[in-house]
Amino acid sequence: MDVLALSRLQFAVTSMFHFIFVPLTLGLSILVAYMETRYVRTGDETYLRMAKFWGKLFLINFALGIVTGITMEFQFGMNWAEYSKYVGDIFGAPLAIEATVAFFLESTFIGLWIFGWNKLSKKTHALSIWLVAVATNLSALWILLANGWMQHPVGYTLRNNRAEMIDFGALVTNTYGWLKFFHTLLSGYVIAAFFVMGISAFHLLKKNDLDFFRRSFRTAATFGLVSSLLIFLVGDFHASEVAKTQPTKFAAMESVWETKKGVDYNLIVIPDPANERNSVEAVTIPKLMSLLAFGDRQAEIKGLKEFPTNDRPPLLATFLSFRAMLVAGMLFVLLTLISFIVSRGDKLDSYTTFLKVMFYALPLPYLAAQFGWIVAEVGRQPWIVYGVLKTSDAVSRAVSHTQVWASLIGFTLLYGFLAVIDIYLLTRTAKKGPETGLSAISTARTQEV
Amino acid sequence: MEFQIIWFVLWGVLWAVYFMLDGFDFGAGMLHNFLSADEQEKRIIARTIGPVWNGNEVWLITAGGATFAAFPTTYALMFSYLYSALLLVLFSLIVRGVSLEFRENSDNPGWKKGWDVGIFLGSFLPSLLFGVAFGNIFQGLPMDADGYHGSLLSLLNPYGLLTGALFVLLFLVHGSLWLAVKTSNGLAEKAAALAGKIWVALLVAAVAFLAYTYFATNLYANYLNNPVLLIIPVVAVVSLLLIRVFAARGAYLTAFFSSCITVVTVTFTGVIGLFPNLIPSSLSPAHSLTIYNSSSSVYTLKIMTVVALIFVPVVIAYQIWTYRVFRHRTTAHEVSGPHEGAY
Repeated sequence: MDVLALSRLQFAVTSMFHFIFVPLTLGLSILVAYMETRYVRTGDETYLRMAKFWGKLFLINFALGIVTGITMEFQFGMNWAEYSKYVGDIFGAPLAIEATVAFFLESTFIGLWIFGWNKLSKKTHALSIWLVAVATNLSALWILLANGWMQHPVGYTLRNNRAEMIDFGALVTNTYGWLKFFHTLLSGYVIAAFFVMGISAFHLLKKNDLDFFRRSFRTAATFGLVSSLLIFLVGDFHASEVAKTQPTKFAAMESVWETKKGVDYNLIVIPDPANERNSVEAVTIPKLMSLLAFGDRQAEIKGLKEFPTNDRPPLLATFLSFRAMLVAGMLFVLLTLISFIVSRGDKLDSYTTFLKVMFYALPLPYLAAQFGWIVAEVGRQPWIVYGVLKTSDAVSRAVSHTQVWASLIGFTLLYGFLAVIDIYLLTRTAKKGPETGLSAISTARTQEV
Repeated sequence: MEFQIIWFVLWGVLWAVYFMLDGFDFGAGMLHNFLSADEQEKRIIARTIGPVWNGNEVWLITAGGATFAAFPTTYALMFSYLYSALLLVLFSLIVRGVSLEFRENSDNPGWKKGWDVGIFLGSFLPSLLFGVAFGNIFQGLPMDADGYHGSLLSLLNPYGLLTGALFVLLFLVHGSLWLAVKTSNGLAEKAAALAGKIWVALLVAAVAFLAYTYFATNLYANYLNNPVLLIIPVVAVVSLLLIRVFAARGAYLTAFFSSCITVVTVTFTGVIGLFPNLIPSSLSPAHSLTIYNSSSSVYTLKIMTVVALIFVPVVIAYQIWTYRVFRHRTTAHEVSGPHEGAY
């Protein structure tokens, strides 16, 4: 592999690993903040125990999200120096803003939340976790506006051998970036909901602390159902935006080869990239693809053959990931709907088969999120900035083959080690369950002093 | 004033504040194993930085982000030229973070011992490597039209290593004064005594650094042209001496503030000497990266200035408030019993 391939692989490994931790943080921070607020409002100590137990799992995960995040910032300069030089004028700004308005807030108030139980008033303590939740979501906004710019560059001009910002407003109001933001945010909420429901299901099956886990499950089910429904809606807008702005990605997502008007949607497609066609197209819904993409049954969709081979993204990875994400998205609606219904009454722990399903479904939204990023990033190829800069022109020139091999091996070993530790800690903490009554409550009492 | 100059100053401020804040975390992290007599003292030391190290580290992320946004060419070349060194910094910081966060998750002695090594290496290596990196930037990097002609080993030259040693000693003094202020009884006394001893070594390193800088770098040129700037290195030297004066009187908090000023002015002594370069070329001045040939457009700099003027004061305000919330000395009582908070 050359420096380019190695650098791409390294970026994929480090960003996919980073994105195991980040999305849970987005949603779980809100759930924990909600639980603590309920405790502050009602004085009901079960909510305090909930905030503490889910908070503990949140923090184990949060720590890894933070430390793997620095890697992302460093890598733009280390491995993608030509990219950084070429687009830094416009791409650097949202990154710097993210650090200034979001990372500081997040990292400062998480310290206050962890160590402030006895030092802050109950309300201020709950406010700290709300600020952490706001900050993580705000950080997602800025990084996705940055990514949105790579997908659909706006507000710039090519001058002095680089892309220079001429309209900050356009960057901040880029529809692509906002859709990506909401889509990613909601995927994080779904992950958090399945995380809480999955672990609750485990304990409900064992009949542990029934009231505690019923309430946890119910809270997460509501959150998950709303998020799953919204993500479908946003996902649809997002796909239309892709059709409008990134025709090559859209064609690869749907495996469309020929440019046509009034394109049908095939539920079953088997692509045959070697022959630039689909070997199977079945269960056809007439004109649906044109309708979904452009809101017009007769709209024209550009096929991949319209573009030179060099300008097409890898088809199979994009197509399969998109389909997998779509199927997963439908499952989320179904599962959260059932969860919502069965968690209404007090009989939740008697639905043992369904609880087992929910336990094993825990990794599913994680996978969907990874597939989503494959669609977004692989589907954008060969461009690093769509239509402006090719990935092959973006890689660092000063970095040698040996250096990237060494760093790739280093990252793989270090991250592999961290993954083992993380899984061990999460499993142990999750299995152990919440503090039983006394110690959690005594902390609450001292907090009031 | 030109926006490039504003961002040059801000760039210096971000690094200086980063070293001032994470500097005592590094110092405390390096001493964590060696100053503590038992498990309880280890937990106290870690607890003094527990609530704040994460927020302190964001100053580094912001310094990186600001370099990217304001001086993208410098960001691109500095990070790709210093690839291996930065990779080591990155790994060390990751290890420090997880070590501090995960150490208390189990009472198994082997588990704790492992993370103790992580806390030490994750504090020592960045201190040393940031010093080595800045020492090399002060000297200039071997770069020209063909790119970069150095390697990880060529960074480990005598002047780079001396700057690395200076950083390590500075952070050790800074961190031990922090512990003298933030812990109590025997531990605080040990920390104070150690600060006094390391201070002597720091003084030697500082004198050697100032002398060697004259031969190895061009940093003094700006001061000769503009003697009023000498106020910064003079403050650095005076505050360094005052650390000793205040510490000898038992006024450790004032001594700690003196070391804060020392860290900031030492950083600025170097930064002012670099102006208008961000990274000088040791091969030919024409290939130096300056604030003019590597900056973003004025439009971007203006936007970023507005963002910085609004948000940086807010950040400073709530970080000061955090330090006030945790202003008390960490006690044995706090780290005993069931681990509070969420860890």
